[in-house]
Amino acid sequence: MNDTYITLNAICKRYIAKNGTVEALKNISLSIPKNEIFGVIGLSGAGKSTLVRCINLLERPDAGEIIIDGEKLLQLSKEELRLRRQKIGMIFQHFNLLEQQTVLSNVCFPLEIRGIPRRERQEKALELLEKVGLAEKAQCYPSQLSGGQKQRVAIARVLANDPDILLCDEATSALDPETTKMILELLKEIHDTMGITVIVITHEMKVIQEICSSVAVLENGEVQEVGTVSELFTNPKSRAARRLLLLEEKEDAAYVG
Amino acid sequence: MQNLGIDVLFKGTNSLRLLSGLWVAVRISLISVMISILLGLIVGVLMTSKNQILKVIFRIYLEIVRIMPQMVLLFIVYFGTTRVFGWNLDAELAAIFVFSFWGIAEMGDLVRGALISIPKIQYESAMALGMNGKQVYYHVILPQTIRRLIPLSINLITRMIKTTSLVMMIGIVEVLKAAQQIIEANRRSSPNAAFGVFAVVFLLYFLICWPISKLSVYLEKRWS
Repeated sequence: MNDTYITLNAICKRYIAKNGTVEALKNISLSIPKNEIFGVIGLSGAGKSTLVRCINLLERPDAGEIIIDGEKLLQLSKEELRLRRQKIGMIFQHFNLLEQQTVLSNVCFPLEIRGIPRRERQEKALELLEKVGLAEKAQCYPSQLSGGQKQRVAIARVLANDPDILLCDEATSALDPETTKMILELLKEIHDTMGITVIVITHEMKVIQEICSSVAVLENGEVQEVGTVSELFTNPKSRAARRLLLLEEKEDAAYVG
Repeated sequence: MQNLGIDVLFKGTNSLRLLSGLWVAVRISLISVMISILLGLIVGVLMTSKNQILKVIFRIYLEIVRIMPQMVLLFIVYFGTTRVFGWNLDAELAAIFVFSFWGIAEMGDLVRGALISIPKIQYESAMALGMNGKQVYYHVILPQTIRRLIPLSINLITRMIKTTSLVMMIGIVEVLKAAQQIIEANRRSSPNAAFGVFAVVFLLYFLICWPISKLSVYLEKRWS
């Protein structure tokens, strides 16, 4: 593929636990095209969080290669990596805002780190809060916000660095279905208007169905199958994918009836 | 009711003596507390390092401080070093050294505990925003650590202030020693002075420590 943007090449990651080593990632290779919303789905313990942390090197893989836009990430110096990370945004399940600071200063925070003057960063932060629909909450504290609103703040904060990649680590898993939907719509809108490549890590098929174009199914630290979302839903090849789909159906049935 | 003996304090310069004794105690504890907090923060960060040698060194340091009674430390530093190394340490300096030695270790351990109680994801999200190690500590980890540290370190600070009463054993006339001297000097004229004067000493310690506890409650409320 010549439009590949992010390449993971034979990534391996081992942890040493009390009862022996755990192979979190076994020889994982993925190619993610530019401007996609790419999903990674798997049950907990499948290795998806570790995988996404390898993309911005919060975890260093024991073997393999990570290439983003032709740049080999593992060969960057500490400082180069830090600057590269500013362009790889990441949002989390529990938002991780600075609880003691207002919404506005939370969004200003990455700009402050980059040494951007006060007036400029406030302007930009307000603009971003507008974009995520929280402009009127600028002076509130995170504790005064709902989960969905907190995630919006986290998204605004991450956008402050003008990222070209956005990693979402179970970003909607702490939210109710309604809020999940709204956050996913926001992510989609951001993707469409800003041209950001989005990688979504989740254990919910609904999330994949809602916004992803392609998906990788992960189980036991291995990629079981990769393909477009419609392929996965109409013709799941791996047992892992079928199991995930089945799980979802059961849940739906329980929810409805 | 018997005479409580507080009247002794109104004789001559007695109350002034007591207060200057209090000042000595406060001075020693304040300086030691400041040194302990500053260096304790650094030691605490070092204690969380993965370096095994550092870990062992700080472990031993902490154990020494925990096991050794403060008075023994005071004696070693003040009397011991005079013969062995020929140092003629000023008593107050020796006291500040011992209290700081103690405070840094305990403060360091508190900081270590607070640091490891901060979830790993806090580091990760800060790193993901493109911060370097120093920025992560300064902007994200330290503010949270300090909030957790306040009640614990206030406890340590008040303990340090109270324990300064030991420095009279190396000849420093702090508030307790001043009180004793006043009582001794007036043994004949007011034999009941012990009760009144020590009660006043108690009150003085209370007046020093109580605002600190109040401050801690205030800070905790403000920052939570």
